[in-house]
Amino acid sequence: MSVFRFMWQNHRQVLELTLEHLRLVGFSTLFAMLIGIPLGIAIAHRPRFNKPVLASANIIQTIPSLALFGFLLPVPWLGERADRLAILALTLYALLPIIRNTYTGIRGVDPAVVEAGRGMGLTESQLLFQVELPLAVSVILSGVRVAVVISVGLATIAAAIGAGGLGEFIFRGLAMVDDRVILAGAIPAALLALLADFGVGWLERLLQPR
Amino acid sequence: MQSAAASPVIEFRDVFYRVAGTQVLSGFNLEVHRGETVVLLGRSGSGKTTSLKLVNRLLTPTSGEIRVKGVSNAEGDVIRLRRSIGYVIQDVGLFPHFTVEKTIGLVPRIEGWSEERVRGRVLELLQMVGLPADLASRRPHQLSGGQRQRVGVARALAADPEILLMDEPFGALDPLTRDELQREFLLLQQRLHKTVVFVTHDLREALRLGSRIALMEAGRLVTVAEPREFLQSADPLASAYVRAFGDGLESAANRGTS
Repeated sequence: MSVFRFMWQNHRQVLELTLEHLRLVGFSTLFAMLIGIPLGIAIAHRPRFNKPVLASANIIQTIPSLALFGFLLPVPWLGERADRLAILALTLYALLPIIRNTYTGIRGVDPAVVEAGRGMGLTESQLLFQVELPLAVSVILSGVRVAVVISVGLATIAAAIGAGGLGEFIFRGLAMVDDRVILAGAIPAALLALLADFGVGWLERLLQPR
Repeated sequence: MQSAAASPVIEFRDVFYRVAGTQVLSGFNLEVHRGETVVLLGRSGSGKTTSLKLVNRLLTPTSGEIRVKGVSNAEGDVIRLRRSIGYVIQDVGLFPHFTVEKTIGLVPRIEGWSEERVRGRVLELLQMVGLPADLASRRPHQLSGGQRQRVGVARALAADPEILLMDEPFGALDPLTRDELQREFLLLQQRLHKTVVFVTHDLREALRLGSRIALMEAGRLVTVAEPREFLQSADPLASAYVRAFGDGLESAANRGTS
């Protein structure tokens, strides 16, 4: 119970760090969607590029997160503010599941459906927005869902470079050897991940054709 | 009777099509006239489907040209071209997330028809292809194979195109449903007089539906004949076809010379 008492006593800060955390995850997921979905669509339509793009996203994924934060630190405009840097790093990590699922989702649309649409005289953009995307939406969103859940966890590490978020409690708790403080960061982070998972999952079902 | 002077609606002029080192079509020449149903008959890989897709520019010929209503189809807007040609394929390709109503009304809607006119057209087409109006709100997975193919035909007819391209539209149906749809196709064609190019490998279907049959083999046109002529054809491949299908073909070729 002492964890919850600690959290209650520091509820202002818990709330503040949770909001910071949400901001890091929210912006990075948004950017990753803005980049990843068009990129996934592009490689689904031009299969020549799918290997290099997916391989690059894969490689980024293998860089240890602390190392990536460290790499980006000396970059001029980014290094000035830790939160910019954290958002960039989180964006990079979120790209892979979003690109891959967009690619898979679009490629998964029945070729006969696409051909019928093209034969009827739909333009490429009508085909994309009225046929391909609606049919791929649930696969794309499940990629977003994975990305969000990963980001919520990874964002705790952003505290190591001073970007804030719930990781601050975790790192402070580690330094103080105080479980209560660690958990005050870890519990809200876990709840956020569950909530995000549930939220995107709900959206997925809502948008699913049928 | 075809008047020889009337210019063909579709004309293949010395068309070659080559893809990935394979010669799919070689020196293909064919004229399709107003109101007739030309059946492209041949085995898999003979170039039937390719020929069809060259008409609405889903494919582009390596050389030669395809003229549609007197103009090369390489000129002008490909989207306009496709919307002026109905297209029906074996897999139907109905949009799984669209209701029947939305499917049939799609092209008229993007062509800017009024909502009222679209709704009227959808009901008219459902009736035309023999579907009850209450099917309009269904999605493809709630339809039988025959119903899906009927919706496919209705969709192709939606914007009242002069030309209809049909790629083995009844190939995947059970024999009874196929027979039913063939019969309805003939009735429909008596009313609408579309210019139809119909692909099949089924001689019986070709004899029944075609005004003329164009036999293809290995990317070449072997012979073009009216159904009755086809049965008597001296061409070795044509007679091999007739032999392979056996007796009872005479009755299928009931249209003969029109």
